[in-house]
Amino acid sequence: MVVSSDPIDGTDLKAQFPLLSREVHGRPIVYLDSAATSQKPLAVLETMDEYYRTINSNVHRGVYRIAEEATNQMERSRDLVRGFIGARSTAEIIFTKNATESLNLAALSWGRANLSSGDIVVLSHMEHHANIVPWHMLNTEIGLELRWIPLDGQGRLDLSDLDNLLDGARVLAVSAMSNVLGTINPIRSLTDAARRAGAISIVDGCQSVPHLPVDVAELGADFLAFSGHKMCGPTGIGVLYGRQELLEAMPPMLGGGEMIRDVRLDGFTTNDLPWKFEAGTPPIAEIIGLGAAVEWLQAIGMENVRAHEIALTGYTMSSLSERFGDRIRIHGPADPIERGGVFSFEFDGLHPHDISQVLDEHAVCVRAGHHCAKPLMKILGVGATARASVYVYNDSTDIDALADALEEAGSFFAL
Amino acid sequence: MPGLEDLYREIILDHYRNPRNRGELETPPAHRVEGFNPLCGDEIVLFLDLDADGRVADIRISGQGCSISQSSASMMSAAVKGRTIAEIDELTRAFKAMMSIHESSLEGGETSEAVEPGDVKLGDLEALRGVVKFPVRIKCATLAWNTLAQGLEEASA
Repeated sequence: MVVSSDPIDGTDLKAQFPLLSREVHGRPIVYLDSAATSQKPLAVLETMDEYYRTINSNVHRGVYRIAEEATNQMERSRDLVRGFIGARSTAEIIFTKNATESLNLAALSWGRANLSSGDIVVLSHMEHHANIVPWHMLNTEIGLELRWIPLDGQGRLDLSDLDNLLDGARVLAVSAMSNVLGTINPIRSLTDAARRAGAISIVDGCQSVPHLPVDVAELGADFLAFSGHKMCGPTGIGVLYGRQELLEAMPPMLGGGEMIRDVRLDGFTTNDLPWKFEAGTPPIAEIIGLGAAVEWLQAIGMENVRAHEIALTGYTMSSLSERFGDRIRIHGPADPIERGGVFSFEFDGLHPHDISQVLDEHAVCVRAGHHCAKPLMKILGVGATARASVYVYNDSTDIDALADALEEAGSFFAL
Repeated sequence: MPGLEDLYREIILDHYRNPRNRGELETPPAHRVEGFNPLCGDEIVLFLDLDADGRVADIRISGQGCSISQSSASMMSAAVKGRTIAEIDELTRAFKAMMSIHESSLEGGETSEAVEPGDVKLGDLEALRGVVKFPVRIKCATLAWNTLAQGLEEASA
């Protein structure tokens, strides 16, 4: 089925991903778990390989040629990431090992310096554990009041009481796109409301940054966290964007080399931004790989990535409901415009482990579990869901394969 | 290549569709214990009633999970009712040996000999033999047993 408004339809992006041409159990792999981690195109793989083959050396300190080249490549990647999210300065782009570390850095470093006992932090019921647990940890340390934005029946945030929730709050920490429901949240109105209430905003961009155009000025967020491995980049690299004024005032979390200006027997002074928050040898190859991923995505155009996903989401929702009717329930908003291509579903009353086992037999890769969102699972009234998720390299044939394999699962377990 | 029929024997599906000993017991006198599968999505709550002789007089199971975890729990409950803690310990080790998990005894004093899977009658539990070909699902099968072991230890402490 050709969807005419899909700019990627007809291009063979899969060919650029070596892993997507492998077989599992004798069948071509159908990878539908990009919400967990994305596959990597040749451009990224070759860039990282090239780095190790030609210029691998430690950065920021070498006078010799390849050390200079490695440093340039790394800082060039930082600038690419800056441009990708529309930040003003590379001082605002901090590299971490993943988005979880980014969210911990924002919560704990900003939190310890700025929050005190009884301060109010507003989260939401759809948050990933990485945007919940650091606040529980901080609560144990200093004593906070945690408030929660609830959900409506369609998996969207219920904002009817938002101003009350934010009344007196110091922090609003919220996801831009749910990794369970696919819901895209209205970040600009949320950060505006936070600002009116005198609170800073921390946005979990793990699902949004890889899947749609993101501009931090438009978002109005004080902090934005995301990871490389969900956007066609390697594992081991995450990003924390932070407004420069906030980062200047925050103490570092990790201490060691690179993040200092001077170290004496009786103390130390910190380095400038962003290096103040990057202690030790950075994941140089991974940063350069992330830069290559940014370039690869920009060559496609994030508006096109989004348009493709809207089209494929529409195809997924309509073809699965046509084929299975009441047997399938997909959580989250019904309208593709309001969601990303993340589909948590219930099927035939089967348990997600069993669904994903049969799907694996057919080389279809989906995730089963609580997706690091146990509070959300409880609210949905389930212990776990099966979750299929699409990205730029998926197309309608992948969804058809998913549907066929679900049919098999249904027959196998017929109650 | 292992097929799904190796994993999902008919007995397993029967115990999944008609789980034995579902429900709760009054605590106290029964002891309540919870377990979670690290392969997330399975939860189990066991209620254990031990009599004066240290036998499991009654057992109930609640919680939710996949067909493997639920059927293993159901079969476990039928197998341990009326048994002593020592008998259950032997049964557990035989079951885990079938799952290719060999744990040495941590007890001081009398060392127990290695339990040969053939020594102990596993009955219906034999149906779970195929799980060993799907290593990720072993934790589903052993969840109820690990939770039981923890509960018995807590209850007899």
